[in-house]
Amino acid sequence: MNGNADAAAGLLYLYAVARDTDLPGRHLTPSPHHPRPVTGVAGEPVELVRHLDLVGVAGRVPAADFDEEPLHRHLEDLDWLATVAHRHQAVIEAASSAAATGVLPLRLATVYRDEESLRRMLRARHEALTAALGRLDGTVEWGVKVYTLPGPEKEERTTPAPSASGGVGRAYLRRRGAERRADEHRARQADDAVRQIHTALAASAEDTHLHAPQNSRLSTHPGHNLLNASYLVRRDDDSAFTAEVRAQVERAPAWGLMVELTGPWVPYSFAATTTGPADGTDDR
Amino acid sequence: MTADPALPTERLTLVDLLDRLLAGGVVIAGDLTLRIADVDLVRVNLHALIGSVDARLPSPWEEHGT
Repeated sequence: MNGNADAAAGLLYLYAVARDTDLPGRHLTPSPHHPRPVTGVAGEPVELVRHLDLVGVAGRVPAADFDEEPLHRHLEDLDWLATVAHRHQAVIEAASSAAATGVLPLRLATVYRDEESLRRMLRARHEALTAALGRLDGTVEWGVKVYTLPGPEKEERTTPAPSASGGVGRAYLRRRGAERRADEHRARQADDAVRQIHTALAASAEDTHLHAPQNSRLSTHPGHNLLNASYLVRRDDDSAFTAEVRAQVERAPAWGLMVELTGPWVPYSFAATTTGPADGTDDR
Repeated sequence: MTADPALPTERLTLVDLLDRLLAGGVVIAGDLTLRIADVDLVRVNLHALIGSVDARLPSPWEEHGT
């Protein structure tokens, strides 16, 4: 099916799709008159592959790293994944700054055999891609995470009474029961507060997306992650949204919570839902 | 990135990036051999990564196969 010639020519890694008129030239450059192209996940110059009124932001990557089997292996290597993720993000940021009406970011590791194959996809998905570009034009994504503040209560936990006497045992169980109820009460309060924060922020956003809370060991944050949300915000409403975030940042400590912001991001979390499920069957 | 120093903007962490690059972004199948590089492959592998940190916690990407 695919001979050595294809392997030697490499594969085409697709970063983003934009409107043809937004990105001129053969390569993606940091600015219109910049002589050097932006480089991609494999250090390759990032090219612009045109079809109809769309342009694919893509780079030629070695099959030795990005074909199915090596990619499979690489994805288990956190350092490799981190490097590729940061480079992928950097290309999308560059394309996004260059394109006046925004870009559609692709999920990590979307790879084509050749330009013809990529063009076939642009043709087959033209309507969905154009609709998504229209919907996300002029928007940014903000990430907001809510954490519990590390509290003192854990340290003053009741320890089992050393005495074997029944009276002390019962007192211990009573105390444990009260502590458990207090914990549940705190958890309920935190839940309510998180819901309030999310509702307030959602009111200033076009759309919201809830990511699963982050594993506290991976996020390097001392607290417990209760909310990990993304908000799609019109650039024009940006100051209203960030003002709302600031209000929540100030209120949160009273609830034993902490609010943190990341962004603005290219609207990754809202691109996924716009074009429907993965489906490459309609492109032949 | 953000121009507002009053807000506690975190340093961009890998986890934040992966939340978006692996669960977000436009999902378009690439060529046949690489279709497997979509959600399932990535989830399986990250599961292994996260498992090595804390096996009891589920993958943060578990809930949304988009």
